[in-house]
Amino acid sequence: MDTAALLIIEVLNGISSLALTCAGLAIIFGMMRVINFAHGEFMMLGGYTTVVATNAGVNIWVSMLILSPLVVGVIGILAERFLIRFFYGRLVDTLIATWGLSLLLIGIVTSIFGNYITGVSAPMGNFSIGQYQLSVYRLVLIGLTVILFAGIYLAFTRTKLGLIARGTMQNADQAAALGISPPKVYMVTFGIGAALTGLAGGLLAPISQIIPTVGFTYVAQAFITVITAGTGAITGTIVASGVFGTVRQLVTYETTPIIGGVALLIVAVLLLRILPQGITGKIFRRSL
Amino acid sequence: MFNSMLKTFDFNSWNTRGLMVTGAIMLALLFLGPTIFDLFTLLKVILFIAMAMLALSLAFIWGFGGILCFGQSAFFGLGGYVYAIGVINMGESTVPILLAIFIPAAFAMLLGYFMFYGRLNDVYLAVVTLAVTLILYAFIRSTSGEEWVIGKARLMGFNGISSIPDPNWPGFPDSLLWPDDKFYVAMALLILVYFGLRFLLRTHFGRVIVAIKENETRAELLGYDVRFYKMITFTIGGGIAGLAGFLLVTFNNFVNPDKFALALAAQIIMWVLIGGVGTLIGPMLGSLALLMLYNWLGTQNFAGWLNTYLVFGGIILLFVLAVPQGLQPTAQMLALRFLPWTRPTDEGGDSARNGAREGRAGD
Repeated sequence: MDTAALLIIEVLNGISSLALTCAGLAIIFGMMRVINFAHGEFMMLGGYTTVVATNAGVNIWVSMLILSPLVVGVIGILAERFLIRFFYGRLVDTLIATWGLSLLLIGIVTSIFGNYITGVSAPMGNFSIGQYQLSVYRLVLIGLTVILFAGIYLAFTRTKLGLIARGTMQNADQAAALGISPPKVYMVTFGIGAALTGLAGGLLAPISQIIPTVGFTYVAQAFITVITAGTGAITGTIVASGVFGTVRQLVTYETTPIIGGVALLIVAVLLLRILPQGITGKIFRRSL
Repeated sequence: MFNSMLKTFDFNSWNTRGLMVTGAIMLALLFLGPTIFDLFTLLKVILFIAMAMLALSLAFIWGFGGILCFGQSAFFGLGGYVYAIGVINMGESTVPILLAIFIPAAFAMLLGYFMFYGRLNDVYLAVVTLAVTLILYAFIRSTSGEEWVIGKARLMGFNGISSIPDPNWPGFPDSLLWPDDKFYVAMALLILVYFGLRFLLRTHFGRVIVAIKENETRAELLGYDVRFYKMITFTIGGGIAGLAGFLLVTFNNFVNPDKFALALAAQIIMWVLIGGVGTLIGPMLGSLALLMLYNWLGTQNFAGWLNTYLVFGGIILLFVLAVPQGLQPTAQMLALRFLPWTRPTDEGGDSARNGAREGRAGD
């Protein structure tokens, strides 16, 4: 019984951390179709912001929920202005340019902080299920993920800004004809995506080890998940995170985290073979 | 088929002249190598040849097949490991060398089947291949335990397999290759692969894959099975990368999981990007230039602030923003403009190269 409860929490944890990893990418890549290979590095920057701010005496919740998204959001907007906007519409060039950006960011962070593992300890202590000890923060993380995705969904479907963003992604010329400036919308949307990525990096910082190259571990799984999500980026990402998170966590429980990662990839490749348009290409077709 | 090949073989065109010059330089290097280089340099050159071969494999599938593979190092590492495991178990190298080509090729074909028949393109392809490399890397690193044994070979995890036996001449298990012989074999294989690819590109198959790269829908409407052609292209690339992996093992009788690492996968893309996508010589020279830069950076101490990530990231951004076609096409364009004797005499000749075409337009 205890084991079952533990396993359920583990699976939910796996799903929520995967979904968090993908949230910003679902907007930047899933909706804007801009490939940001520096996604993992944006998360890494969010993580470093939280670690540095917390160690400097800032309240950990302030650094995770406010500073990390702020810092990474600004970096994202700068990257969009000075690099990414020159490559809109050219997929492969964007891919390589952001790949260069990713290496450059790793290089800068390594220069400043050195190639060491850092981290912060999770707030809020532990609770126990039978003989097992679990951190309360992991439960909070699940709740925060739900709130975050609900927020994103409502922002894009219920607000005017969300409507403008979706309209511009669908038909930039039409939006421009209606008096909206697509470059501005792209910039803001990219900034929001980057901020969400920074937030995810900050929130995951207490339960992961932070090192300049940590982004590598996120980027492949995040892209795979958002690709499998298909055109309805937000809904699709939730569903895909659910499937992949469950698979990864269950296999990890039985074997090792590495085999868990392998299982995720194999399921993803098989799923894409069956559903080339992604999950929302077949089911949940009219969702966002 | 051969007849039509000869027809396209125009001795005045830029391409043919370039091929002849390249061939002459490579052959000169093949025969003079052991006399110009001392033993230490010669071994280093074998490393460069292995990397040039790896560069060729991606230059072919990306530049001519339009398949941007972020995980070319997966086949490279696989080739190295397959050779190592094979030669330790069999005590003879002929079959392991063939396996080092065929197993990565078969793996590429399997992966290619899922990707191309699943209609994955650009980004999707890049991500899937990237993920495969990451996973192979993580997997091989985790095999340090006693239980990870294939026959007589222990995988040894992140320590890598060392003291891998030297290759021997086919059929003579006792006559091992000396460093000079290793160089001859490596260089001969590089020449063979380079001209093999150039030949392949002049066949029907080669023309179809370039047509697919240029316009996939058009090629499909003309009745070609795009998925099949792409899968075969990818398979060939995987086989060449596997062969490169074998060559690398002959360099220092050692293979470790770093051959799968993302750092290497990134470098391969940089070689092709810098040399020029759509060329074969450029990426080989690109690999040479970047490896030398990498070695040089390793010997310098920049008070800790300059690291390879910074330099490589900077180089990628510089090239993608300022020299997007890469060095070979740029050099070709400059040569055509400023050195009149390099201009082809036949104006209607083959214009497969962008650089050549742009240069002519400037006349």
